[in-house]
Amino acid sequence: MTEPASEHARSPLTTYFTVWGALLLGTFLTYEAAKIDLGPFNAAVALTIATTKALLVALFFMHLRHASEKLLKVVVICTLFFLMILLALSMADYGTRVWS
Amino acid sequence: MPDSQAVAVNGAGHNPALLHHFATEEQQRDASSLGMWIFLATEVMFFGGLFCAYLIYRLKYFGDFGAASKSIDALLGGINTAVLICSSLTVVLAIWAAQTSRRALMIGMLILTMLFGLVFLGIKGIEYRDKFEEHHVPGASFSFEHVPVPGHPDQYANPRHAQIFFALYFIMTGLHALHMVVGLGIFTWLLWMAWKGRFTPEYYTPLEVGGLYWHFVDIIWIYLFPLLYLIDRHP
Repeated sequence: MTEPASEHARSPLTTYFTVWGALLLGTFLTYEAAKIDLGPFNAAVALTIATTKALLVALFFMHLRHASEKLLKVVVICTLFFLMILLALSMADYGTRVWS
Repeated sequence: MPDSQAVAVNGAGHNPALLHHFATEEQQRDASSLGMWIFLATEVMFFGGLFCAYLIYRLKYFGDFGAASKSIDALLGGINTAVLICSSLTVVLAIWAAQTSRRALMIGMLILTMLFGLVFLGIKGIEYRDKFEEHHVPGASFSFEHVPVPGHPDQYANPRHAQIFFALYFIMTGLHALHMVVGLGIFTWLLWMAWKGRFTPEYYTPLEVGGLYWHFVDIIWIYLFPLLYLIDRHP
């Protein structure tokens, strides 16, 4: 199941090309999906595809999937956590405020 | 003789790329990656503030943002997305080439990455030129009169609100383009190191760390593309 530690940053070429194909497909999908009127769900679809693409890049191209260092995973999770604090608390303020 | 030199002499058997304050090559590699990821965390917060500003104003001026977004060429943005994705592939292929001692392939992939980066900036330049010609650059000559709001043909977008969209568009894509220029500088240096034969299957950390930066810039664009180019594209 787990690969040897020395292989941690090495992925077979087929993985790289598959991820590349998936990223191009995602770009095409998000471009076409924007032309369909889904009401408020247009943004949800666009962000879902974008997050999937970002995850593919981070896990396979940035080699997070094979990261052996636990500290690294803590840093990545903390980054996302602090970004969520920034966005969620800001929106909690603006969302409940009456603008002129 | 200073201690560091003594260690270097004593450790004649190990890889010369392994610095004396690291126990193993793997520890040295992990330390470099960790440092880069912490830098990327600060970059996420840096761009995060802009994304937050975008989110607040998009919710506030939804229709005006849709009208302004429609004036940007989404096809050029889509092509640029594909160009960046291809450049990310060539980065991982360059690292793979370093891991498997394929020097010519590594150098070729690094050059290809930089070419993709230049194509991206060129297309970006065409986009900016169009915006300047259409007077969509925020400032004294900004003009966005009588543009209908998507879904409400009887309603015109408020030029003041559209100007906020274009301000965010230029700041976010401009900052991203600046990161691309810095990335091109980093890759020029990586190409020079690769040319001099500094990278081996045991030591290619600068490639890995430079690659992390390049992929991060790609991820930022993956979010910028739908958020700036693809609001309310449907007829």
